[in-house]
Amino acid sequence: MDNARSRIFARIRSSADKGDETARVAAVEARLQHPQRNLVPERGQGDEAHRIEVFVRMMEAVGGTVEILRDLNDVPASVATYLRNTNRPAMIRRGRDEYLANLPWHRAQTLTVKEGRAEDADTASLTHAFAGVAETGTVVQLSGVDNPTTLNFMPEAHIVLLEAKDITASYEEVWTRLRDIYGPGQMPRTVNMISGPSRTGDIEQTIVRPAHGPKDMHVIIVRRP
Amino acid sequence: MEAKTAEFTSNVARAIADSQLQGTMTETGPRFIEKRAKARAGLPEFDALRDQARDIKDHVLAHLDLYLERYEAKVVESGGHVHWAETAEEARAAILGICRKLDAKLATKGKSMISEEIGLNQALEAAGVTPVETDLGEYLIQLRNEPPSHIIAPAVHLTRDQIEADFRKAHTHLDPNRDLTEIPTLVEEARTVLRQKYLDADVGITGANFLIAETGTSIIVTNEGNGDLTQTLPKAHIVIASIEKIVPTLEDATTILRVLARSATGQDFSNYTTFSTGPRRPEDPDGPGEYHVVILDNGRSNVLGTEFQDMLRCIRCGACLNHCPVYQAVGGHAYGWVYPGPIGSVVTPALIGIEKAKHLPNASTFCGRCEEVCPMRIPLPRLLRHWREKEFEKHLTPGAVRTGLGVWAYFAKRPKLYQFGTRVAARLLSVMSGKKGRLASLPLAQGWTRYRDMPAPQGKTFQAMWKERRHG
Ligand code: SF4
Repeated sequence: MDNARSRIFARIRSSADKGDETARVAAVEARLQHPQRNLVPERGQGDEAHRIEVFVRMMEAVGGTVEILRDLNDVPASVATYLRNTNRPAMIRRGRDEYLANLPWHRAQTLTVKEGRAEDADTASLTHAFAGVAETGTVVQLSGVDNPTTLNFMPEAHIVLLEAKDITASYEEVWTRLRDIYGPGQMPRTVNMISGPSRTGDIEQTIVRPAHGPKDMHVIIVRRP
Repeated sequence: MEAKTAEFTSNVARAIADSQLQGTMTETGPRFIEKRAKARAGLPEFDALRDQARDIKDHVLAHLDLYLERYEAKVVESGGHVHWAETAEEARAAILGICRKLDAKLATKGKSMISEEIGLNQALEAAGVTPVETDLGEYLIQLRNEPPSHIIAPAVHLTRDQIEADFRKAHTHLDPNRDLTEIPTLVEEARTVLRQKYLDADVGITGANFLIAETGTSIIVTNEGNGDLTQTLPKAHIVIASIEKIVPTLEDATTILRVLARSATGQDFSNYTTFSTGPRRPEDPDGPGEYHVVILDNGRSNVLGTEFQDMLRCIRCGACLNHCPVYQAVGGHAYGWVYPGPIGSVVTPALIGIEKAKHLPNASTFCGRCEEVCPMRIPLPRLLRHWREKEFEKHLTPGAVRTGLGVWAYFAKRPKLYQFGTRVAARLLSVMSGKKGRLASLPLAQGWTRYRDMPAPQGKTFQAMWKERRHG
């Protein structure tokens, strides 16, 4: 395999004239050390109200549902109501995220809250989004003990808690925030960008939900007054 | 995968005679076109983003060695393994090696054209590892033991009746009297069957839409969520990708992602865009214990620095297929190898040799729609012309065709395929008008004159016109 590696690199290097080597290295270093934004579409740009408005419109356009709460403490009751309205068992699975753990779960007494990664039998999950992107109605989930990746994919209903202040205009702001937290060039194991519930168009180009992932995606935006 | 490119002419004849295929293509083709047009109209910056996407990839190709080195270092730093493969055989060997080490019996698979290119499923089976495709379209064609007929919609050629029959044959553990007439029921059944496979799998194999040099990250894009279940649940995640999938930074990946889904399915963004870096971390409650990337060359590095280099910008969105009258007339299987349509006719000769694929560059009307819609601004007609020049130099083409008009000349010489010509003309009109079937019944000559600045008396048949041109 090492031979394969050196032969591949030799062929790439011998391909045509690539110009001055020092300049090539410098160009690559500069680009990687100081990542630049390319053209960022205008669609999501604007104040918080605008970003929320675009996020909601885009998320609903792809089959997700959105609810806006003023008070974080209303989340448990809202989750319970959502499950009831969609005829699901009063149970959710969430990760160890402190923000979720600290919610007043006693306010939704009939609700069973389990912690940990998703299991096949789980019918609904609750995750805490790292960010929302207005541009395409996309939530950004980071893997880890707080929000295990399986919660995004295995249960039939995926409920996402998203703070209004975390809704950015574009993906680019998410990258900047990630670099600030994880350090340059570092990533969590998985970053999931999710825009709506799972779907397929593979049979006669007819859109069917769900395919393999959640049937329903419900985003609760908390917008504090 | 074994190449059947040499049989292109007989493949075409079969495709034209296949009324079921013709029905499906007429039905689905225009939908792709409408969806893309709508998505493009919804983003004023779309064409400017295409320019930037092209520039990003050109920059990468000029610095590919350096970016690959950086990418490799970052993967290793995050705890992953990189395997280099010069050929399809080496790539298969690398994957089988990982499977053996893990004593794998079952491999779930996300959609990957590279996997098709290297014939991975057959190799896995031969080694005692059962491959299960999890993308619904890929699963459907795996049941039929067929290659994909489209880059992003592998089962676009199938009808629900065919799928129902396949499910009854394959899922024998289910009630034989169940109702499978509706599409959602079929999807539901596949979901249930495949959910168990995800849970049982030892390894998960996915492709990659991009590899990011800055972070050592691989990206997959799906709508179904199948790729995520494939790569998250088993012991190991194996990524198979080719050398040109590299992009420098997260921002660069983002720019190209903005044009990818819009060009492919007409979505603003795919449902699931997933960035994976290394194996699961010590504190992670889920994710694969091992992360491997197999990087395949398979002839691509030979294309660098040649007049064909632009093909390496391709992001496999499928837009050129959807807008190609030839593809729409014959479907993907006629092309005889993994990559159909205009991009297939350009890539296939580079990967398996022009001798074996000499017919493909003729499968074009040079109508230019492919280049017009390509998000990476790949000059497909020019590249096809380059191949025909090569072919000419090597004297692979019969004389009369050399001076001719591509597919028109080619098939006019084969009267049995006259049907093909009319079918292409009809599709050309429908591709151009963007309206489903509106012009499909116009006589061929009219179509020809409308879009080719060529004076031809009304009502003449294509064959008559062709005769005139040859002698006149
Ligand atoms: S050549 Fe262009 S249009 Fe065709 S699949 Fe590649 S990127 Fe898409």
